[in-house]
Amino acid sequence: MPDTLLFALEAAANGLTAGVMYALVALGFVLIFKASGIFNFSQGVMALFAALTLVGLQTGQIPFSHLINAMFGTRLHHFGWTLPTLVAIAGTVVVMVAFAWLVERLIFRHLVNQEPIILFMATIGLAYFLEGLGDIMWGAEVKRLDVGIPQGMSPVVDDVTYAWFGYGFYMDTLELWAALIAGVLVLSLILFSQYTKQGRALRAVADDHQAALSVGISLRFIWVLVWSLAGIVALVAGMMWGAKSGVQFSLSLIALKALPVLILGGFTSIPGAIVGGLIIGVGERLFDFFMGPIIGGATENWFAYMLALVFLLFRPQGLFGEKIIERV
Amino acid sequence: MLDTQPEGYTTADGRKIGGVLMEMKNITLRFGGVVAIKDISFDVREGEIRAIIGPNGAGKSSMLNVISGFYHPQEGEVWYKGARRPRMRPYQVARQGIARTFQNIALFEGMSVLDNIMTGRLNHMKSGFFSQALWWGPAAKEEAENREKVEKVIDFLEIQHIRKTPVRRLPYGLKKRVELARALAAEPSILLLDEPMAGMNVEEKEDMSRFVLDVNDEFGTTIVLIEHDMGVVMDLSDRVVVMDYGKKIGDGTPDEVRSNEEVIKAYLGVSHD
Repeated sequence: MPDTLLFALEAAANGLTAGVMYALVALGFVLIFKASGIFNFSQGVMALFAALTLVGLQTGQIPFSHLINAMFGTRLHHFGWTLPTLVAIAGTVVVMVAFAWLVERLIFRHLVNQEPIILFMATIGLAYFLEGLGDIMWGAEVKRLDVGIPQGMSPVVDDVTYAWFGYGFYMDTLELWAALIAGVLVLSLILFSQYTKQGRALRAVADDHQAALSVGISLRFIWVLVWSLAGIVALVAGMMWGAKSGVQFSLSLIALKALPVLILGGFTSIPGAIVGGLIIGVGERLFDFFMGPIIGGATENWFAYMLALVFLLFRPQGLFGEKIIERV
Repeated sequence: MLDTQPEGYTTADGRKIGGVLMEMKNITLRFGGVVAIKDISFDVREGEIRAIIGPNGAGKSSMLNVISGFYHPQEGEVWYKGARRPRMRPYQVARQGIARTFQNIALFEGMSVLDNIMTGRLNHMKSGFFSQALWWGPAAKEEAENREKVEKVIDFLEIQHIRKTPVRRLPYGLKKRVELARALAAEPSILLLDEPMAGMNVEEKEDMSRFVLDVNDEFGTTIVLIEHDMGVVMDLSDRVVVMDYGKKIGDGTPDEVRSNEEVIKAYLGVSHD
């Protein structure tokens, strides 16, 4: 096999793992958008906040310690314990569910029947608030997150591909795990929404609010449920990105990468989010591989947005979105 | 005549009508300055088919929305199963055993017929959130039991051939039938039908009338229905409430209502000499 093809294949494989991560972030958007018609601008910050909370719990940080120290002149910073990763994850899930409940109780309950733009503005406010809260609670420094997954080249992939092609692919173990975990999460979300009572209620609400009420579904409960699910998705995304490049505030910007994914996949489709993520992941790696050297590299920064733009011109509803039909 | 039979009676065709199941007491509903319903009282007996009729804008749908908890009247009380009902949200009313259909069909368009009808069973599924999410233990068994009930409803309403079809693709008449199926799947104590025959052709109307009668006959379901079409109502119902401009102008058996002068005026108009 020619070398160029092998290198391209390697780039594509790495693109797939990156794509799964994009899909994961996009999924958080789709969940909330489908159930409530809200474009949740704070999804990226939720991922950041979840990752901060996870690190904080894991390393036994005292929340608000900077604030407390500044007010009372104390020198608190840690409880002095470290929690096992799984316990810290469970704790973070509890925090995200509580967050979902508060969001419904304090914000969206009061905005029922408002224009979508108003709800969108509310989520922008929420994003700023949450970013500030994360800062005050856990501090602004970059934190290392260790969830027990080794980093660096995966020897398994290296060996297998070497045996096949005589050339070992370089793939990061962490990214492989991240892709696997994201895949399991996506699969379980699909099973959950297809085969359980709450999942059916969720789809019902996404379809028609009035009809959902008439069969006895509580909209408030469903809203808390979707925000909780979005919080858990955010946690997994934040955890994986955090483990890769440290938990830092730029993490909230990964949400921007989800936008082209959503434009490709459609805002209302879970399979769309996954396929869109994969296309963007693979597309940007391959584009960079072939075109990068010619036009000077760093194409990954803009390729996704350009692709989204092309899609907006020719297929504005995305690959799987509901077709926009104007009835006259 | 009915007030003299608090324990119920048997109709000419042999159906048993029980005591009062629901009672509306002096309901007044206003939207700003507009009075949609003005001091209306009536009752619904167990097992009967009770119709609410009236010209356009008479307040019929508003009344149905009051019963199902979508609107909250400013004055008056709703009594259900012998107790005063506190202010409730629509989903709470549904959980009390009051199912409804809508005039302009509110189905889950993107879901299959089967899934739509299964949502009617949501309140009969008792297993907890986690066993549902993990699909273990009682959850799987429960799903199977509910599925069986749903299949019965599907058989009953003769919609086997479209069970897997997404609702979006169905013609209007069938959508109406699916909506009825979803309401029936909840095994309601009271079934509220908002213009079940609206927009149907003669054949579809006949089918729907037959299903309404069969439901009442087979399951003993109490039915409250709103209808525009006088003829249909008179054939179907045991007792009729007639509304006009938010007021009640008649209440009784179809025959009594038919000969009521105010009702004739409202429907046919009156000559001004």
